[in-house]
Amino acid sequence: MATPSFPTVVGLVADIRSGTTTASAVLEAHLARIGERESDIHAFNLVAQDTARATAARIDADIASGKNCGPLAGVPIALKDNMCTRGVPTTCSSKILEGWKPPYDATVVTRLKQAGAVIVGKTNLDEFAMGSSTENSAFGPTRNPLDTSRVPGGSSGGSAAAVAAGFVAASFGSDTGGSIRQPAALCGVVGVKPTYGVVSRYGLVAFASSLDQIGPFARSVADAALLLEVIAGHDPLDSTSIPQPAPSLQGALTQGVKGMRIGRIVDLPEGCEPEVLARLEAAFDSLKAAGATIVDVALPSLSFGLTAYYLIAPAEASSNLARYDGVRYGMRVDAPELNAMYSATRGAGFGDEVKRRIMLGTYALSAGYYDAYYGKALKVRRIIADDFAKAYRACDAILTPTSPTVAFPFGSKTNDPLTMYLCDVFTIPSNLAGDAAMSVPFGTGAHGLPVGVQVLAPALGEQPMFRVAAELERAL
Amino acid sequence: MSLPMITPMITPEVVAKVARLARLDLTPEELAITTTQLGDMLEHFGDIDKLDLDGIVPMTQPYPSKNVLRDDVIVLGLDRQEVLDNAPATEDGRFRVPPTIGFDA
Repeated sequence: MATPSFPTVVGLVADIRSGTTTASAVLEAHLARIGERESDIHAFNLVAQDTARATAARIDADIASGKNCGPLAGVPIALKDNMCTRGVPTTCSSKILEGWKPPYDATVVTRLKQAGAVIVGKTNLDEFAMGSSTENSAFGPTRNPLDTSRVPGGSSGGSAAAVAAGFVAASFGSDTGGSIRQPAALCGVVGVKPTYGVVSRYGLVAFASSLDQIGPFARSVADAALLLEVIAGHDPLDSTSIPQPAPSLQGALTQGVKGMRIGRIVDLPEGCEPEVLARLEAAFDSLKAAGATIVDVALPSLSFGLTAYYLIAPAEASSNLARYDGVRYGMRVDAPELNAMYSATRGAGFGDEVKRRIMLGTYALSAGYYDAYYGKALKVRRIIADDFAKAYRACDAILTPTSPTVAFPFGSKTNDPLTMYLCDVFTIPSNLAGDAAMSVPFGTGAHGLPVGVQVLAPALGEQPMFRVAAELERAL
Repeated sequence: MSLPMITPMITPEVVAKVARLARLDLTPEELAITTTQLGDMLEHFGDIDKLDLDGIVPMTQPYPSKNVLRDDVIVLGLDRQEVLDNAPATEDGRFRVPPTIGFDA
């Protein structure tokens, strides 16, 4: 399926700066597309039309008066609805946060505002970012703009769909086990999960704190690089933020891959669609033709990542989500006694998947089971991280499919949670290891739907990762 | 020392206990479904028992975390009224909750 071409961030920034167009005109064009298709797609939980128009007008006035308005001046963007926006509802697509207006902005939001971005709205997600299809939203699913009978992927499905549908020029999501890269692949856009600690998590509603990372969705690799440069860099408000400035990525885009060593996993887990594997082979061929060397790497522990992840992430979630108790924010179901109020509120406020993961996590952490489950999962996590570290001694980056399949029809995986979890087999390991990873659209597979190739790189390997991603984009 | 094997024994009683620990009211239907699904998942997760985990150091974070301190300088916190406005019930500048004593937990 041909993806309609919408303007890129880099293009819009140049046109707005040069006066070829205005931030307001750009915003209106995007709002018009939202008006046309949002009722079919449901990418947004909230469209902040009036605030966005006011911001765009202010930026136009500032540009007219010669002010420097920042690297994203006038670019319409969207935020996954689990990033705090002061005074603007932040729902995590959950009933339990009903009515909550955060009293502060996430650091990423502050940086985007300072960079001149125009925030158009908050996008739909699987409740609390738990899911791979955006079917678990309390406000209804998001549809894939390329085929509305299919899911956009998840959990950042609204953010991916908003970029693919031309509702915004770029958007931001969070990635705990693939929640940026998998929907990016299924919607045919670029999605980046930076190295853990490169982007501040301050103001990102916590799901699994040792795995969560914010990153951009974009229509081009160059756009993604620019967006990451804006949001990355040390933040004293996040104690896990790496004390380093944002990586410089522009140079990497034109460097090419000559002399780079690209890893091909010899024991790739089974279950991929043949068309997806064919695109992966085509990606290797392109990089080879551009001067890279393809080397075989062994990652025997890769498939065990799924189990480690689905014990660690729910364990951390069961602890993080303990704060939703009907006391300080969101909804409350009244009961005569405190514990009964907690349990009634949480029982009514959380959806099925969130309840499932809280139960799984609480079980894995409970007395008598901790060593058998959570304790073991942490050891498997170490083995996976060590396997990757070993692989990166022989190569600079690794290519895998992002998702084993193209976008799947609604309801096809909702009855069996395990089937849904298998979507994440290729994306989970880099969250466990804390490494960098991104998905780049690389042609189409079954039903003419987009296939994403995943570029994996070691921690703080954003530069080599973007070199490879840019080469793949050029090869298309 | 070898670790205990993953041998899930998920009964409705276990699920009810975990739900109580998680402060989560489940309907009888939810309890039944959770019993089946939790059992299935934990059985699948038994795959990691194939790995030799003896002597492996558990990994809780992508890199070792250390305590981060800042200078002891007074900075503005969140606006109290803005915070309280989000609460389901408040009284005299505080969060209001149902009684916590005089009931069996």
